Amino acid sequence: MRVQLDFMAVLADWPLLLKGVAWTLALTAVAVIVGTLLGIACAWVRGRGFGDTLAPRWLQALVGVYVELIRNTPFIVQLFFIFFGLPAAGFKLSAETASFIAMVVNLGAYAAEIIRAGIEATPRGQIEAAISLALNRVQTFVRVVLPPALKKVWPGMVSQIIIVMLGSSVCGQISTQELSYAADLIQSRNFRSFEAFIVIGVIYLLLSVALRHGLNWVAARFLFGRG
Amino acid sequence: MKPTKRLFSIAIAALLASAAVQAQTALDDVLKSKTLKVAIPTDSAPYGYVGTDLKPIGLDIDMANYIGKKLGVAVELVPVTSANRIPALQTRKADLVISTLGKNAEREKVIDFTIAYSPFFQAVFGPKTLPAKSFADLAGKSVGVTRGAMEDQELGKVAPPSTDTKRFEDNNATIAAFVSGQVQFVALGASVAGNMMAKNPQLDSEYKLLLKDSPNFIGVAKGEDKLRTRVNEIIAEAKKNGDIDTMAKKWLGRPAGDLPL
Repeated sequence: MRVQLDFMAVLADWPLLLKGVAWTLALTAVAVIVGTLLGIACAWVRGRGFGDTLAPRWLQALVGVYVELIRNTPFIVQLFFIFFGLPAAGFKLSAETASFIAMVVNLGAYAAEIIRAGIEATPRGQIEAAISLALNRVQTFVRVVLPPALKKVWPGMVSQIIIVMLGSSVCGQISTQELSYAADLIQSRNFRSFEAFIVIGVIYLLLSVALRHGLNWVAARFLFGRG
Repeated sequence: MKPTKRLFSIAIAALLASAAVQAQTALDDVLKSKTLKVAIPTDSAPYGYVGTDLKPIGLDIDMANYIGKKLGVAVELVPVTSANRIPALQTRKADLVISTLGKNAEREKVIDFTIAYSPFFQAVFGPKTLPAKSFADLAGKSVGVTRGAMEDQELGKVAPPSTDTKRFEDNNATIAAFVSGQVQFVALGASVAGNMMAKNPQLDSEYKLLLKDSPNFIGVAKGEDKLRTRVNEIIAEAKKNGDIDTMAKKWLGRPAGDLPL
């Protein structure tokens, strides 16, 4: 018995694959936007070296617990906790909502630590210069500290975002119809598992490359400027 | 780009070569290596599940050991999920699939089946408060099902288009979705569902609609007629001497009944 690859059997289900790509991109887009904002907020809370801009102790502790909890447990456990566990506490979420929340919460924790590294690398002199120019705390953080911080850590952020996008493949386990779910469904119908996973492997690869270029382009244009 | 291209063709060639050397040798391989690799379920009580000592037990596991004993070889159990059962055969991770495997035309295209060895039926289950007299009543309702299982295909044929079918990776996830209220109905094998309802009396759920009466068969890789014939002999003999009924009584609480060939 030779392995005869029959890609047409898989590609014939292109509407399913297309829907899968759309869901994977939607999950990633929400995770990137909300997760990064959450990460920045948490990084601000946890970031040291601001003197009087320190957040209250209890908030620091809370964010610390959040970051450690998420970074030290597997994504699938977090996802199952939200989807299968929370209904017991009265929060019933659809598979899609649970996936969105899990992705945002997951990226938020990692982004917090990555961005914090960038913030802490900001020379004190810059902050002092901003204060001496009568910028208030928010202006100092948003205009002086954050842009160079993001620029320093952007390659790390992009890697983490790609990891989270690839991690969205786990969301198919709770019946969110993303790309891996599509492949699993196709191969369970026509038993072309090898071809199905080659096809989505290539799609994930292309999505990752495109996402990296897209994020670099967007960031250079809107977040911290070129040069 | 050249070296990348070359590497890719080498990989493909190696893959094809490794696949080409397998032709009707499964039985000989089993007898030579003295081990029979059997794909079994661990999420389908009482056919195959994990006992209190964390080892797989159940009717399918007993059947695997029974065949191993008759062949005079050791049995290596390979736990698989519903969706993995057929790929496990195709990739030779298992010589036999004894895993609540039903027979249908799509599956017969890619693997071969022995005669049936145990009874099974699939159905839709749901809470008593939610009436479902026919499949039309499932319109607009969410139904949990295990991806790639027989229930998945059967449900697709009979459920109205507006049914929200939620597919999960294995029976445990499907059951968890129903127990946690994430789906309104659930399509499962009868014994699996029976076990679920016994463990979760608070759900107050019941049998609703029959999907399919489908006894279990043992799957062998396509074209492995020598192995298939030998296993058929073993099953036929076990049917005659009552061993099949003994196993069915032990795990299902009733004799195997009339099983198709």
